[in-house]
Amino acid sequence: MFDIPLHSLYMMLFVVGLLIIASFARWSIKRKKPHADHTELKQRIQSWWWMIAILFGILVASDTVSIVFFALLSFLALKEFFSIMPTRQADRRILLWAYLAIPIQYYWVATEWYGMFLIFIPIYVFLFLPMRAVFVGETSGFIRSLGTIHWAVMLSVLCISHIAYLLQLPVKNEQAGGLGLVLFLIFITQFNDVCQYIWGKTLGKHKIIPKVSPKKTWEGFIGGVITVTIISGMLAPYLTPLTTGQGFIAGALIAISGFIGDVVISSVKRDLAIKDSGTLIPGHGGLLDRVDSLIYTAPLFFHFLYYTHY
Amino acid sequence: MNRILKILFFGLFIKPIVLLGLGLNVFFKFRLPQTGPAIIVANHNSHLDTMVLMSLYPLSQIHRVRPVAAADYFLANRYIAWFSLNVIGIIPITRSQITDKTVLFDKCYQALDNGDILLIFPEGSRGAPEQLSALKKGIYHLVKARPDVNVVPVMLHGLGRALPKGEAILVPFNCDVVIGESLPFIEDSPRYIASISDALNTLLALCLTRQAVVEDDE
Repeated sequence: MFDIPLHSLYMMLFVVGLLIIASFARWSIKRKKPHADHTELKQRIQSWWWMIAILFGILVASDTVSIVFFALLSFLALKEFFSIMPTRQADRRILLWAYLAIPIQYYWVATEWYGMFLIFIPIYVFLFLPMRAVFVGETSGFIRSLGTIHWAVMLSVLCISHIAYLLQLPVKNEQAGGLGLVLFLIFITQFNDVCQYIWGKTLGKHKIIPKVSPKKTWEGFIGGVITVTIISGMLAPYLTPLTTGQGFIAGALIAISGFIGDVVISSVKRDLAIKDSGTLIPGHGGLLDRVDSLIYTAPLFFHFLYYTHY
Repeated sequence: MNRILKILFFGLFIKPIVLLGLGLNVFFKFRLPQTGPAIIVANHNSHLDTMVLMSLYPLSQIHRVRPVAAADYFLANRYIAWFSLNVIGIIPITRSQITDKTVLFDKCYQALDNGDILLIFPEGSRGAPEQLSALKKGIYHLVKARPDVNVVPVMLHGLGRALPKGEAILVPFNCDVVIGESLPFIEDSPRYIASISDALNTLLALCLTRQAVVEDDE
């Protein structure tokens, strides 16, 4: 029915298998300790099922559907940013233009205009938004406003659109297809989140940046980087054109930058004294809380891959 | 017929806009009164306030939710009047020439006796974006005659940015809807008004978007 490359199909089945194991694990924990409150864990795993079902369903549908989906993801992420960050009433018109950057950026992705895809936001949007703001005429708070708006657009539109462009690159690993690249990036990024959490929970002692994220430890970070680097080296040749050696580098890159993405968004939330950026995903918080690490890993993985193979 | 119009309007138009164009952070949804008679008191910054509160209800229940609205504004021209009365289902009240309070609230009591849920914005008008204006006393006089009715405070935040007074274009923002616990009636009118105001301000602390509004210099 769907023309899914074999390696990508097995990868998706593997992820579904992991989720089934997680669901059974939760079920057995609940049987052992029936009185403790497991609501958050339950919500988290349920939300994972939803997210995986939606993501896989869209990825196997078609590339166009996937590009529209990632555009929607950018929209929701940008909206979450604008909602929690301080903006002036005078910025309303500028924010509308910033939203308009999303369909245009994804149009470059859909038409595979690589050069424009790269420079549209850092050059054209970057220069246009302040000009539009000048015409609005409110100069009080101008610098701060334009700085935060452009920063939000870079993170939630330019960075996330790199995931969609992975699907447009010429296929070099026939058995995995463009789909394999997206699955690899998303799986390794989320696997890194889980690994750092588990290593931190079991061995964590020395705090890494207590002011931003008191639960993050050196043990969690290093344990995560090592585990993810090894797994990535094993998985990369299966799903991507990368060799095992390059897979190790990609893994370390994703593990380190995923951690940074996580703590950058944590700093934003800490600055605003909020715990979550939204309530879109039950048990996880907002969309930004879920894609924080992906925002950093997507462009870095993309350009590493592009430099080594294209 | 009006009920069908209402379901169509909310199902095809308002709910999709609220879901995608806005996006809500709803806290304590279980506190929302499921059946009438009940009164929801909320702060008021935007025309979206009414739409958002009504959209929290399932389509099958939406006809039970009745916004109490100023007759001089919403009945001012016949098209808006038809739309307000038939599609939204407002209960119009006259803001000026308040003489006999029982006559004034006659339709509100009818609706409460009918098991409806009233939406009331005690600030009276939308006011400056994201600022709680002084609450009017009308709510006290209304509840006085039905002191046992379930009164639930709801804090809305961020809608004044998405569609403030005097603007026609909606800018997408996530908005907070924080639902409070049922408020008991207090005989003393200043104390009762203060208790509503306090409840709304307490709920404000939970809003994710509370820091996001910067006041413009005059």
